[in-house]
Amino acid sequence: MAAKTILMEIVTPERIVLQKEVDSLVVPAFEGYLGVLPGHAPLVTGLKAGVVKYTIRGKTSRLALSGGFMEVVDNRAVILADTAERGEEIDLARAQRARERAQQRLKNREAGLDVLRAELALQRALARIKAGE
Amino acid sequence: MPGMRDIKRRIRSIKSTQQITKAMKMVAAAKLRKSQEKVVAARPYANKLRQVMERLVAGAAGLQHPLLEVRPRQRVGFVVLTADRGLCGGYNANIIRLTEQALREEAAETALVPVGRKGRDYIRRRRYQMVQEYTDLGDNPNFIQAREIARRVMQLYQEGVFDEVNLVYTEFLSAIRQQPTMVRLLPIQPPPDPGADQPAADSAEYIYEPSPAGVLATLLPRYVETQLYRALLEAKASEHGARMTAMGSASDNAAEMIDKLTLSFNRARQAAITKEILEVVSGAEALK
Repeated sequence: MAAKTILMEIVTPERIVLQKEVDSLVVPAFEGYLGVLPGHAPLVTGLKAGVVKYTIRGKTSRLALSGGFMEVVDNRAVILADTAERGEEIDLARAQRARERAQQRLKNREAGLDVLRAELALQRALARIKAGE
Repeated sequence: MPGMRDIKRRIRSIKSTQQITKAMKMVAAAKLRKSQEKVVAARPYANKLRQVMERLVAGAAGLQHPLLEVRPRQRVGFVVLTADRGLCGGYNANIIRLTEQALREEAAETALVPVGRKGRDYIRRRRYQMVQEYTDLGDNPNFIQAREIARRVMQLYQEGVFDEVNLVYTEFLSAIRQQPTMVRLLPIQPPPDPGADQPAADSAEYIYEPSPAGVLATLLPRYVETQLYRALLEAKASEHGARMTAMGSASDNAAEMIDKLTLSFNRARQAAITKEILEVVSGAEALK
């Protein structure tokens, strides 16, 4: 009965990033990483900045997200992301610079620092590095 | 009758103007195509977002969120999307006219958030109250810009600076038709119940992570951001469309003027030749 694959769609406000049949995927949900297999029950969840991992015939690929949410219904997982970058598109050096910048900011704690924002920036940078490696 | 030299000079000047308007028309046409593609590309996300929201609202009635809360309207804000540049026919004037009308009809206190230099300049000139301004968004507004504006507006709303926010922008109907429109941005009007085609039982089966309210809290700001993004794209496409039409008719007018001037130039030339012949003939007559 259960289908062997699930259709994963990754959509950002600017374009459709990816549309593929996958064997499984793992997304950064609010309360930790969440795996989705074919035939998953209907689900709506918010997503944090992080890495989406998906597997097609045993091959795993990664994608960096910066928040959004996901709807799973009828064997389709639709990820509405603010931004999404495929692992191979990511400029690692830039991501690393961003990480260092964010870490520096958090360490120095200058007056008027938007801690939440800096932390989010750090999370985003980490997600991109992880997806890019 | 002006002399031949004057006419020639005018023809030359109009020709160079025509070259400029022609070039602007072509540039606008190219940009229009690009903007239209972006409008289309933004659709899947917006549609999906609306679907999820409809289901959420239908499944869990009575959800609370600051962005949904309707307050007494004491201070109403208007986000006005205009162009940074002119030479686009009635584009900016139409938006400003619609804004003026809305301001006149509004009983509550009003304040404006112009996006685009033309709108800002106008508001400054008229000394209307301006809370925030955005200019130089460029020819290809991206989602990040839209998000920045949307977040600021939501912040103003939550701080109580505004009790209602409206968005005035130009809806893109086609390359030659654009419609200035006003929509309410905040408080968010939940999309109407999808009703018959989607039974309520369907939505009850959903698992919400972490909770319906939690999902709503991440969804609503995005809804506002997407609305603003879409409006920005539509406004930009409209601007290019309006400019294309305006520059097209400017080029046509220039061509018409050149035709008329060429005619009078030829007349003047003919008259001069006739005069010269007459002089030669009468000079010869006198010698006899």
